[in-house]
Amino acid sequence: MKRIISILLENEPGALSRVVGLFSQRGYNIDTLTVAPTEDKTLSRLTLTTHGDDKIIEQITKQLNKLIDVVKVMDLTEGPHIERELMLLKVKAGGAQRAEVKRCVDIFRGQIVDVSPSGYTVQVTGNSEKLDAFIASLPEGDIVEVVRSGVSGLSRGEKSLRL
Amino acid sequence: MELLSGGDILIRALHDAGIKHLWGYPGGAALHIYDAIFRQDKVNHILVRHEQAAVHAADAYARVTGEVGAVLVTSGPGATNAITGIATAYMDSIPLVVISGQVTQDKIGDDAFQETDMIGVSRPIVKHSYLVKRQEDIAETIAKAFYVASTGRPGPVVVDIPKDVTDPNVKVAYKFPEKVKIRSYQPTTKGHSGQIKRAVKQLLAAKKPMIYAGGGVIMANASEQLRELARLLNYPVTNTLMGLGSYPGSDRQFLGMLGMHGTFESNTAMHHADVILAVGARFDDRVTNTPSKFCPNATIIHIDIDPTSISKTVMADIPIVGSCEVVLADMIEQIKESGKKPDSEALAAWWEQIEEWRSRHGLYTAPRHGPSGGDIIKPQDVIKMLHKVTEGKAYVTSDVGQHQMFAAQYYLFDNPRQWVNSGGLGTMGFGLPAAMGAKMAFPQSDVACVTGEGSIQMCIQELSSLTQHQLPVKIINLNNQALGMVKQWQDMQYGSRYSHILYEDSLPDFVKLAEAYGHVGMKVKRYEDLEAAMRECFAMKDRTVFMDIYVDPSEHVYPMHVAPNGSMRDLWLSKTERT
Repeated sequence: MKRIISILLENEPGALSRVVGLFSQRGYNIDTLTVAPTEDKTLSRLTLTTHGDDKIIEQITKQLNKLIDVVKVMDLTEGPHIERELMLLKVKAGGAQRAEVKRCVDIFRGQIVDVSPSGYTVQVTGNSEKLDAFIASLPEGDIVEVVRSGVSGLSRGEKSLRL
Repeated sequence: MELLSGGDILIRALHDAGIKHLWGYPGGAALHIYDAIFRQDKVNHILVRHEQAAVHAADAYARVTGEVGAVLVTSGPGATNAITGIATAYMDSIPLVVISGQVTQDKIGDDAFQETDMIGVSRPIVKHSYLVKRQEDIAETIAKAFYVASTGRPGPVVVDIPKDVTDPNVKVAYKFPEKVKIRSYQPTTKGHSGQIKRAVKQLLAAKKPMIYAGGGVIMANASEQLRELARLLNYPVTNTLMGLGSYPGSDRQFLGMLGMHGTFESNTAMHHADVILAVGARFDDRVTNTPSKFCPNATIIHIDIDPTSISKTVMADIPIVGSCEVVLADMIEQIKESGKKPDSEALAAWWEQIEEWRSRHGLYTAPRHGPSGGDIIKPQDVIKMLHKVTEGKAYVTSDVGQHQMFAAQYYLFDNPRQWVNSGGLGTMGFGLPAAMGAKMAFPQSDVACVTGEGSIQMCIQELSSLTQHQLPVKIINLNNQALGMVKQWQDMQYGSRYSHILYEDSLPDFVKLAEAYGHVGMKVKRYEDLEAAMRECFAMKDRTVFMDIYVDPSEHVYPMHVAPNGSMRDLWLSKTERT
């Protein structure tokens, strides 16, 4: 099962490598990873998605907590949460296809952020499944390039991950 | 305020952190630090012959004293040579601070001479690591390193210091922090009271209880509490390889070590137990055999300071995160307050069953090996003799292999911190430098390194350090002229095809070798000579003695778990007999 793990991390050199190293060292998977400083410059917030059974996820959260640079860990998928991912995608769009691609972008509430005679660069945000669905909606072979940010997320309501 | 250079600050900070002995080896990136060592006399530096040995010696010093061990090495090869030692300490949760020199900061990343990314290389085998970038940060970093190394589940911490940070021409104010606070690191020591209550209830209701105690009991200085609890309840106790000595080896309630080479009685009792109190142990694969077949009927109470150790391989029914010392003390108090006693009838029946197992196949009641005599010396009898001659009071270090298991089985350790071995990583070459560390800590005590002719050659250069620093230890070399444990596995699983375990005629004359280093060498080939030789060896208080004892090369270590897919009670009891 897919899990979204949020981590507050000391904004120190090498801290990220300890988190990433833990996953490879213990044979866990990282499916997506995103990290940036927070409003408090001493802290970074890292969001990663992984999968595994309950026992593995329990070990992952415990092992993360054990890292000295990790301040707090939260499994967002344990409760209601919001998840978002950003995707930029370059797609061929010439001739008759041009209007078809534009329609798809509108249906997924994406934005065309760059245009060339042969195609569009499209920005789509949403959860990972929505981005997958958008890719699937485009004619096969027309996608030139895709970049995805990886999942970011917050828990809903009052619950928060902070010092 | 006094202004000091980075090198001086480092040594002053080590002193303020309580370090008396610093094990190390100089080199380019550490030269400013070595110059600082030269102009002071508070920290005693011990020059070794290989950085691996420096780490093992500091590690053993930490194991026998309970203090933090300290190491200083240079960059590049100095740092990488220390890696095996650091990994050894990490696997056994030993508090160490390892300081490595690094190339100057302007050269980091340039593939400079003797540059290695020590932080990166050591990352998976340290509790934490620091790269110090400014003179002003040295003292605080050292304080933090000692705090992290010694609290919670202890472990090695690496402090990497670029050469420019110890520049003698740059001086800054020295201040050693009185208290260290790290917001992201607050280890729990007190166990959850509700969980302790549940555990006590479960423990008192047991009909077939077992106490399974590991190295965490020793690290937490909880041996007294363990003994008190076990005696209060009259419950049987078993120890892991790392836990030996936490409960007296010669006590009636002690069933011997458990696990792959544990006793029949402890493995069998574990298998049949209905309640297991696991204290500072981590359900290692060398203990559990097949995890899915581990103790099918038992409710498991697990006390450990490290939450990741709980329910990692075997699910705990009642997990308690906390220091063994604090949690056991709380349990004892609750039991006493409740006035409740275990079911005496069930317990009597359980003990009766255990005594039956003990008399049937017990390691000490029904010997697992044939007799020694003439030119047959059984390795087990050497360990028994060592116990007799040292009256069970020696610090015993070991390397890795058959000799290690024989020492664990037959030297009945009555006290914690008396048994020093590489349990988790299984590092050959550990024993001799470890003996050096133990002797530095307790110069008045006998220190014996139980080793084999394979392992001893992995750090044998330290015979020279022993001479230089006048650290007289006794080397008990169980010489079976082969890599015995590998040979045993090749006998059992590979049709006795002895692939690369024999040395032909290349073994050195260990007597002459010892003499070349300025020590005493002794060769024992007949069992009748063993006692007198060993007494003579230990009578030479101020000499290192290398006893090269030719033992029966055909001997195997038994009992031994049947693997794969065996449970704990599935054991080979001899070459032909199994449960």
